[in-house]
Formats: sequence, structure tokens, C-alpha cells
Amino acid sequence: MGSMKFFFGILLATLTSVPAAAQGKLTVITTTEDLAAIAREVGGDRITVEAIAKGYQDPHFVEAKPSFIVKLQKADILIVVGRELEIGWLPPLIQQSRNAKVQVGGEGYLDASLHATILEIPAGQVTRAMGDVHPQGNPHYWLDPENGKKIAKDIADKLSERRPNDRAAFEKGLAAFTARVDEGEKRWLAAMAPYKGTKVVTYHRSFPNFAARFGLDIIGYVEPKPGIPPSPQHTLDLIAEMKRQNVKLVLIEPYFDSKTPNSIGRSTGAEVIVMPPSVGGVKETPDYIALFDYDVKLLVDAIKRAGAK
Amino acid sequence: MRAKRAWCAALVACASLFAPCSVAAQETPQALRQEIDQLRRDFETLKQQYGDRLTALESKLAAAEGTPPAAPETPAAAAAPGAPAQPPAQPTAQVPPGAEGAGGPSGSLPVYGAGTAGSKVFNPDMAVIGDFLGAVGRNRVNPSPSLEMHEAEASFQAVVDPYARADFFVAFGEEGVELEEGFITFTTLPGGLLTKVGKTRAAFGKVNTMHNHILPWTDRPLVATNLLGGEEGLTDAGISVARLIPNPWIFLEATGQIYRGDSSDVFTAAKPGQVSVVGHLRGYHDLTESANIDLGFSYARGHNASGLAVDDLSGTQTTNLYGVDATVRWRPLRRSIYRSFVGRSEVIWSRREQPGGLQSANGFYVSGDYQFARRWFAGVRGDRSGRAADASLTDSGQSFSLTFWPSEFSQLRGQYRRTKYALGPTANELLFQFLFSIGAHGAHPF
Repeated sequence: MGSMKFFFGILLATLTSVPAAAQGKLTVITTTEDLAAIAREVGGDRITVEAIAKGYQDPHFVEAKPSFIVKLQKADILIVVGRELEIGWLPPLIQQSRNAKVQVGGEGYLDASLHATILEIPAGQVTRAMGDVHPQGNPHYWLDPENGKKIAKDIADKLSERRPNDRAAFEKGLAAFTARVDEGEKRWLAAMAPYKGTKVVTYHRSFPNFAARFGLDIIGYVEPKPGIPPSPQHTLDLIAEMKRQNVKLVLIEPYFDSKTPNSIGRSTGAEVIVMPPSVGGVKETPDYIALFDYDVKLLVDAIKRAGAK
Repeated sequence: MRAKRAWCAALVACASLFAPCSVAAQETPQALRQEIDQLRRDFETLKQQYGDRLTALESKLAAAEGTPPAAPETPAAAAAPGAPAQPPAQPTAQVPPGAEGAGGPSGSLPVYGAGTAGSKVFNPDMAVIGDFLGAVGRNRVNPSPSLEMHEAEASFQAVVDPYARADFFVAFGEEGVELEEGFITFTTLPGGLLTKVGKTRAAFGKVNTMHNHILPWTDRPLVATNLLGGEEGLTDAGISVARLIPNPWIFLEATGQIYRGDSSDVFTAAKPGQVSVVGHLRGYHDLTESANIDLGFSYARGHNASGLAVDDLSGTQTTNLYGVDATVRWRPLRRSIYRSFVGRSEVIWSRREQPGGLQSANGFYVSGDYQFARRWFAGVRGDRSGRAADASLTDSGQSFSLTFWPSEFSQLRGQYRRTKYALGPTANELLFQFLFSIGAHGAHPF
């Protein structure tokens, strides 16, 4: 009987020894560097932000390392890209985080895609014959500055919800970020305007939102289907199509092998450019605005060189 | 019932129609009274209209009941363009009052997926993984079938409630159906305790926790077969509690498990209460962003079956297992989908009490798997293990494997295995495996 009491005493002590949530800085963990960059702009010095995946790594294939579990355990807020981008690695991390706040649907869980404009939502039957297709639409939606502003708004709302006292600071951060994006968007649209309708090929379906916003025409992909590496037949077909349509640009993400794109480039005379789809993809893209500045300049320079209008 | 619903609808309609006026009329009590009177009159008129319409409807219905049911091709079907043709057995709903006439639908409306639509949302994530094995070569000691649909593993996984999730893994093999694992996980207990209740694979080392389709080989190493109960391994009904040990340097997790005491041929409880226990300590450290090391120490204790045949020894003989595991991983982030290496090793010691005396057997495996292209992996493994019940017998083996992934959802593997058994001739075999999965996208193993 005494041992029973002792046991329950220990249990009670364990259960009640959880430290009360300190009213210090909010700890925000994001799955990608893009979301971290936006959260940093909104939250300023009132939050600490850390991303799990690096900008130069394929966000579909991140390893569920135990060190990430420790990060999630301490998080007040977890911001995810959603649309099943992280489905291969985030669920086990969340499950083992022992943190009620960041469970799906928890008070600190934010799916950044909920108000963004999502493209390529499949209509009709979805099967894996289409490759590793995302049934809820293309998850690379942050590559449209309009969506960047929507993501920032959602983040500001979530931060304010968790720290009502800092609402004014978050609103200010959001307004400043929105103004910077608006200003940037004018600049980027103006730079891209002369080249509207430029035909390009991309490796993976990472750029539909970017293309829609800035007037690129993506006519094909190096991958035959999402997540399926290039096949010889598909590459030949793509080369023929590029020649037919006189496509002079191939955009590839930094984490893909450039061998096939380079051989496509040699066969068609197209230039292959490595275009980072994420903040941190190259060292010149430390934040969200810089990412677009870099990508737009890269594109404009390449189009000018290729005369591929 | 129907009349009552019509009244409710009418009331709501009236309220919403006159809501703006009533707000404006709040200035004087007199105006308010006039407003109320007006409302009452309007309400009476509406009531009259609805009463008439209802009577008409009821008489129509009575007439329709006498005749055979109409074909489902009513104008209602046209109201939902693109909807598939509904079978006649579809449940129906009434056209809302007031919606009839004026070209609107009349009669019964089909209710699409009624009764199931709500529950489907909460269906668990389901997947089935097929494991097909083939073998060529000669093995007199432990022969494998030449072709075998070894296993189909069905998984059902979902969140139970705000406090827990549940995972079920059901294996359909050639010998029948078995619950491989089935447990509830309390994800958010205070104190950082991750608690599982149900049937689980014990947290003893690495290989014991892996399902067949996660293994980097077509088989399990000799040490798992000889000392840990083979394919089923240490799997039992029990309770598992895991806690992270906070420290500034590494990831450290301690796991304590208590089981009924029946696991394959390793543990056998002679009577209830002869539980087995498993303890595991895992340390993990990122050496760089690309390389990391994972170390584990395991302990298990339970009663074995050896005393059951001898009356006064029944339920007294125990087995103690000790294990050390180490995993080294390398995967450069910038080329993470093209190159990786995983080196694994486990050493296991078994101390088994038997009527003939204590048997101290041990064994180990060392393996390395290198990914040399996006879809290609090459692996090598060295094996050596004594036998739990007779430590004087030692088996050893070597394997080479080549794995190809057509996609994330299927896998083709060939493995050459040479096994030198303590008793019997050396076996040389070529093993094949085809793995394929359908359904929910599972997490990539780490």
C-alpha cells in the first residue's frame, strides 16, 4: 500500500513538474526556410525562428532526424507548408515531439497554405500512375509574392493569437513586410514585363505560381512525372518539343542533378540555369524579398543572353 | 414533423426578412408596437400560405403512395450537373418548402453519400505493402520457398482524439493473419512521456523494431534469428513509456517497456505475472548537417520455456538479453536524393538459464548500404551468431545486395547470401524481393 502511495506520489510529481509557459519570446519552428524568413519579418525580435529543412535541400525528402524532435519539443508554434509537401518526414517528428501545441490541429500548429492561392489541384481521379502527385495541389505556392503576403497575414494572426500582448508589434511587422513585398512586386513585374510569355522548361513542378505571376510559359518538365527521374524517351520527346517551340531556357532546382538538363541544353541550344526555389537555396537569397530579386535578375539576364523572347 | 420544420423555416425567413426594419424601429415604443403588429399580420399571411401549400403537398403525396415509385430520373438529378447516376436505393430528402414550382425541383431529392460522407472523413490512413520473395540455391538447414507471397501488411493509422493516435499493422502471410503491431500512442502526456499501449515491437536494438519492408535486406540477420526470435522478434502486448532526457549536447531518449512475457520462442510466461521487461537508451548526435551517429543500449529480461518440461523448474528459468547498436549515416543535403550511406551494427548477448545449465550465446552483424544513384543502392552484410539454446553452435554468413527503386512506392532487391551453419552444409542462395505499396503515403524510414 505504501509503495502504491509512493508510486502515485512520483506520478503526481512528474505530472505537475511541467514548467509553466514563460512569457518570453515565442519559439517558432518552420519546416522550410521560406516560412522562417516570412515569420522572422513578421515576428521581429519578439520571436525566435528556426527552419528544419535547408533552402538548398529537396523539401520532399528531408530526414526525420531525432535532433528535430528536440526542436519540436520546445516549439510554441510549428508552421508547415502543407499540401502534403512534408508528408514523408514531418508526421513522425510531430508524433514524437511530446508537444501538444504542435500536433496537427493543436493551438500552435499553422498550415500556411490555407489562404494562399493553390495551383494544380488535380480534378478527377488521382492515382500514383501520375507519379508522386500532390492531391491537394502544388505545394510550391510560396513562389508568388501575393501568396507571401497571405502567408505573412496568417503567421501574424497566429502569433497574435498566442501572444495577444504583442499584437501591435506583429501587425507592424506584417505591414512593413507587406509594403516591402508590394514595392518589390512592382519592381519584379516591371523587370519581367518585356519577356511575358517566354517559354521555359523546369526540372520539377516547383515554379507554377512563379510562372503564373511573372508570365512565364512552362511547356514541359525534365521529370516525366513528379518524383520520377528523367527517362531517355521522355528526354528525347522533350528535346523535340523544345526545338519545335524554340525554348531556350531550362530552370533547375539546386538539389537536382544537372546531367540530364545539361544534355538537353546541348541538344537544343537552351541555357540551363540553377534557380533557387527557396530562401537559402543559394547564399544570395537570405530572405524572401532577396529570393525574388535574385530569381528575377537571374531570369532576365538569361533571357537577354538567349534572346529567347 | 414536416409541418414543424416548415414552421421553423418560415419563422427564420420572417425574422431575417424583417430584421433590418426592427432595428430601425427601436426608437419609440409605439413604432415598435406597430412593427410587431405588422409582423404578426405578415406572419399570419405566411402561415396561411404555407398551410395551403402543405395540404396540397400532402394530398399529392397520398396520391403518389398509391402508385409505383417514380424512376430516379427526376428533374432533381439535373439539379446536380456532373453527379453520377444515382441507384434507386439512394436515400432521399424532401425539396425544401417554397423551393417548388418556378422551374425548381419537386418531389424527392437524392442525398449523395448520406450516412457515409461524414464517417469517411475520419477513416484512418490506409496502406497495403506487398512483400514477394523468391529464392534460388540450396539450403538444407533453413530452406526458403522458391516463390512466396511472403506478406501483405495492411496499416491503419489515425488520430483517436485530442490526446492520442492509434496505429494498426496487420500482416497477412502464408500461415494466416497476425496483428504485427496495434497500439495507441498518447502523444501529449505531461512530463514529456510518450506512452504506447498495445502490441508493439520491443525497443530492443534496431532490427527488432523494423518491419520487414523497412529492412535493408530481404531477410533478418542471423543474430536476430538465433537470439531474438527471428522475423516476429520481441513482439508482445504491453506498455511502453519513453522520455527525452534533456541535456545541452545530444538527443537522449530512455524507453521502459513492460510486456506480458510471451515473445516468439524467446520469452514464455508459465503463469500470469511473469512479465518481461525491456529497457532502451538511445543517443543521437549530428556530427555535421550531413552525417550523424546513433547509439543504443538495450536490455531485456523474461522467463523462457526451457523449464516447463521439468516439474520443479517450471517458470523459474529466465533469459537476459543485452544489446548494443550503432548506426552511422551520411547524406549530403545538397544531393540528398542521389547519395547516401548507412552503416549499421548490433551486438547481442544472450544469457539463457536452462535445466542443463546457463547458455551464454552472442552474435552480431555489421552492414553497409551505399546509394550510388537516385534509385540504386548496394549493400554488404557480415553475420555471426551463436544459438540461444546451445551456445556451442555458431552460424555465420555474408550477404551482398543490390536494390532498385522504380519509384518511392516500389522496390526490387536481389541478395546473394552465403551461410555457414554449425550443423549441415554451407548454403549459397540468391534471394529476390519485390516490395510494393498502395494507399496513404507513409513516412520515409530513418
